[in-house]
Amino acid sequence: MKISIQINEGPYQHQASDSAYQFAKAAIAKGHEIFRVFFYHDGVNNASRFTVPPQDDRNIVNQWAELDIKNAAGEPELVVCIAAALRRGMIDASEAGKNGIDGNNIHPAFRISGLGQLIEAGIQSERLVVFGD
Amino acid sequence: MATKKFMYLNRKAPYGTVYALESLEVVLIAAAFEQDVSLAFIDDGVYQIVKDQNTDGIGMKNFSKTYHALGDYDINQLFVSAESLKERGLSADDLMPLVYEDEDDDWAEKPSVKIVSNAELKELMSEQDVCLSF
Repeated sequence: MKISIQINEGPYQHQASDSAYQFAKAAIAKGHEIFRVFFYHDGVNNASRFTVPPQDDRNIVNQWAELDIKNAAGEPELVVCIAAALRRGMIDASEAGKNGIDGNNIHPAFRISGLGQLIEAGIQSERLVVFGD
Repeated sequence: MATKKFMYLNRKAPYGTVYALESLEVVLIAAAFEQDVSLAFIDDGVYQIVKDQNTDGIGMKNFSKTYHALGDYDINQLFVSAESLKERGLSADDLMPLVYEDEDDDWAEKPSVKIVSNAELKELMSEQDVCLSF
């Protein structure tokens, strides 16, 4: 089955991203396809490459990156909402350039894009599963 | 592209958290995809479409006017939980008079808001292809 996931909460504060990760991992293990994972609201914070948890704890960002969810063109299908990301200080190199910001923090396993990607995921997938509060 | 039934479930108050504002942003973007879109307002979500909102005292942007634009985007199915209204001492008169122009009826102005029971909402939700919960 072709499945997409929406994550509405940030890492560590809330279990939504952990639960979504466990779900995605189990779905892949069962032979399902994860078409896209869309990060919205505070969920955009799951894409920070600067995340440094204590050594005895899980690294939520790296866990997502290791799932290696990509499309046929090799682009990441861990997609971060651009509007939600920029207002929370989550920015990639391209947007940093446009906005005169001297750094960027989006992990390379993720990409920034628009909300249309969420709607498209809903249209293209057999199931859209929302994890949030 | 296929047409699916999308329902946006709005469960939270308009201020206090950003869910309502960012849900509305999704709905407006979704309008461009020509899907069958409806909105449901349940629990504290009913406060999102209460009339005469005033945010002067809290320094937040009053985005309630944006709901009036939904009709222009052909989004005219707004379901409100009767039980959620009643639990909060609200009635239909407390809600914004949101309308749309019906192109199949000489552009007559018609109400977009429909108050329904939770049992009816359950039926509506079960008919959807995609439910996005905010």
